[in-house]
Amino acid sequence: MNQPNYKLMIIRYLIEKEFKQLLRNPILLPVFLVLPVIMMTVLPRATTQEVKNLHVCIVDHDHSTWSARLVHKLSAFPFFSSTWAASSYREALHHMEAGRADFIIEIGPGFERELVAGRHSRLRIAVNAVNGVQAGLGSSYLMHLVADYAARLQAETEGTSGHGAAGIEVVSRCLYNAGLDYKAFMVPGLMAMLLTLIVGFLPALNIVGEKEKGTIEQINVTPVRRWEFILSKLVPYWCVGGFILAYSMLLARLAFGMVPAGSIGTIFLFATLFTLVVSSLGLMVSNYSDTTRQAALVMFFFLVIFILLGGLLTPVASMPSWAQTLTLANPLRYFIDAMRALYLKGSTLRDLFPLCRALAIYAVIVWTWAIVSYRKH
Amino acid sequence: MAPLVAAHGLRKSFGKTEALRGVGFEVAEGEIYGLIGPDGAGKSTLFRILATLLKADGGTATIDGLDVLAHYRPLRRRIGYMPGRFSLYQDLTVEENLAFFASIFGTTLRENYHLVADIYRQLEPFRHRRAGQLSGGMKQKLALSCTLIHAPRLLLLDEPTTGVDPVSRKEFWDTLRRLRDEQGITVIVSTPYMDEATQCDRIALIQEGAFLRVDTPQGIVDAYADTLWAVRSDRMHRLQDDLHRYPAVRTAFPFGETFHVTLHPGASARALCRHLEDCGHNNVEVRPICAGIEDCFMSLMKKSHES
Repeated sequence: MNQPNYKLMIIRYLIEKEFKQLLRNPILLPVFLVLPVIMMTVLPRATTQEVKNLHVCIVDHDHSTWSARLVHKLSAFPFFSSTWAASSYREALHHMEAGRADFIIEIGPGFERELVAGRHSRLRIAVNAVNGVQAGLGSSYLMHLVADYAARLQAETEGTSGHGAAGIEVVSRCLYNAGLDYKAFMVPGLMAMLLTLIVGFLPALNIVGEKEKGTIEQINVTPVRRWEFILSKLVPYWCVGGFILAYSMLLARLAFGMVPAGSIGTIFLFATLFTLVVSSLGLMVSNYSDTTRQAALVMFFFLVIFILLGGLLTPVASMPSWAQTLTLANPLRYFIDAMRALYLKGSTLRDLFPLCRALAIYAVIVWTWAIVSYRKH
Repeated sequence: MAPLVAAHGLRKSFGKTEALRGVGFEVAEGEIYGLIGPDGAGKSTLFRILATLLKADGGTATIDGLDVLAHYRPLRRRIGYMPGRFSLYQDLTVEENLAFFASIFGTTLRENYHLVADIYRQLEPFRHRRAGQLSGGMKQKLALSCTLIHAPRLLLLDEPTTGVDPVSRKEFWDTLRRLRDEQGITVIVSTPYMDEATQCDRIALIQEGAFLRVDTPQGIVDAYADTLWAVRSDRMHRLQDDLHRYPAVRTAFPFGETFHVTLHPGASARALCRHLEDCGHNNVEVRPICAGIEDCFMSLMKKSHES
């Protein structure tokens, strides 16, 4: 018997067995096919943090031409889905309590008169701040609109009086995501999350499943070595991970016309490293657990923390510095960073080398750990 | 000839529970060696130590001259272990399971077909069926085939017949005897069924992690010194109490339709019979019988508790 050849054959048979089991699982195949569709078509639209559909209630005590212009400007703003008119602040407050208004704008009785007279006139803006993000963004939209309105008024009045004032025009331009499209930001992150879910959970349930069914006993009395066994468990998840990624990239293209700006090869290099990390972590959890329920619970904790500390929803840069330090231990953070850079910025492997190195080190550690923690005795 | 299996002073504890308290025994090549004892006696622990899956806390065991700790790797090729629970891949077919276990031992079904031929012939009609969908008897045949496929010298079978119908059980024992006779395979097998004990060449009665006695089934029965009486009446539900209350009765164990009773020296069966009739039993029957393995086991158990 040729020794090295025989070793390779063992690994081949083990992998073949894993694939058969994977594909025969009546639940997994539909999950592989349907989950990416939901993640790539529904979630990028649903997880948006753009503040839209705001309800504004306007109390106009002035009923003048200039106040009407302001009301018109506000109603035309696309992020305000409905504008109500109320006759008093009390009534407006009532609308807010009933959930029909997020903002109240009260225009005082002497609004036009004061402006024409060149004096300051006052607007009251009240915000429902239960949802902080919405309140913050919404009131800044309102400030901008009002400031814009005021500037235009000033220009008009100055135009008539002939005193031109040098205005400063600020033009901001968003790099890499020209349309400041939230979906473009979410899609690469969601791809990373999808990969985490599938290649994290399945291995976590795998070895412990063999423990529960008792099949591990039968494997343990064979000459199969630890690393051979663990390797045979990892390879199928690499393939599944590759398939899921390719499939979701295709879906992103079909749904949003998104194509990566960077190299597809680099994306798959990162995905391979990341899959190795997450699936080894899953196998590790599996090794330490006695039942699939335990493994699922532990893996769930890991994944929730990875996802929330990974910069998928909250940018890592806006976390407190201790939390930013914590994210350094999170493989998902590196992968999300890399995916966004590759998809939107078109970064090269050279640009992303520190991320790649971090993932590679991580991979070596957890893989070794997965092998060592699998004990036959 | 050196014994194929030799164990000395094996001890194993799980926390405070002592599963094995210094077990030593030898199994000759070509022997069917039975471990007979109730659940929790330590049979499975002993199997797992011999199968290189568990480290003993103390003592040594060698199989075919190889130590179960030091030489576990080459040893795994020489033993076939069948755990008490069905532990093949339920989502693989009969044929795939067999091919899989053959491959990881570096052999093929064709190469060792002669070993499993008479079992596998019965499985062949179902060879494309998933293992999980087989009946209990078929599962057990498949498990035995997978254990045999790499031509081990020693089979370690942990309660292989538990939960299997009587016909399949009988066939199973026939198969084991054929493997012994035709292939020279040594078998260590455990069973909770006392009636299966007589199928073994030698048996070890095991109780609370210690061997009570090792002998041939006949030897164990012959060593039974007491006279044993089978007692029955038409009021069986009261019989147990009345037997226990009678001072001349030493032991009384229910055995199906009758009680197996031993008496203190000097007591007579006739007196027992009269006593029971006085207690209101009709159709009282007291007759001498030959002891079975189970009787010997019960009596040894009682003695070991008393000492």
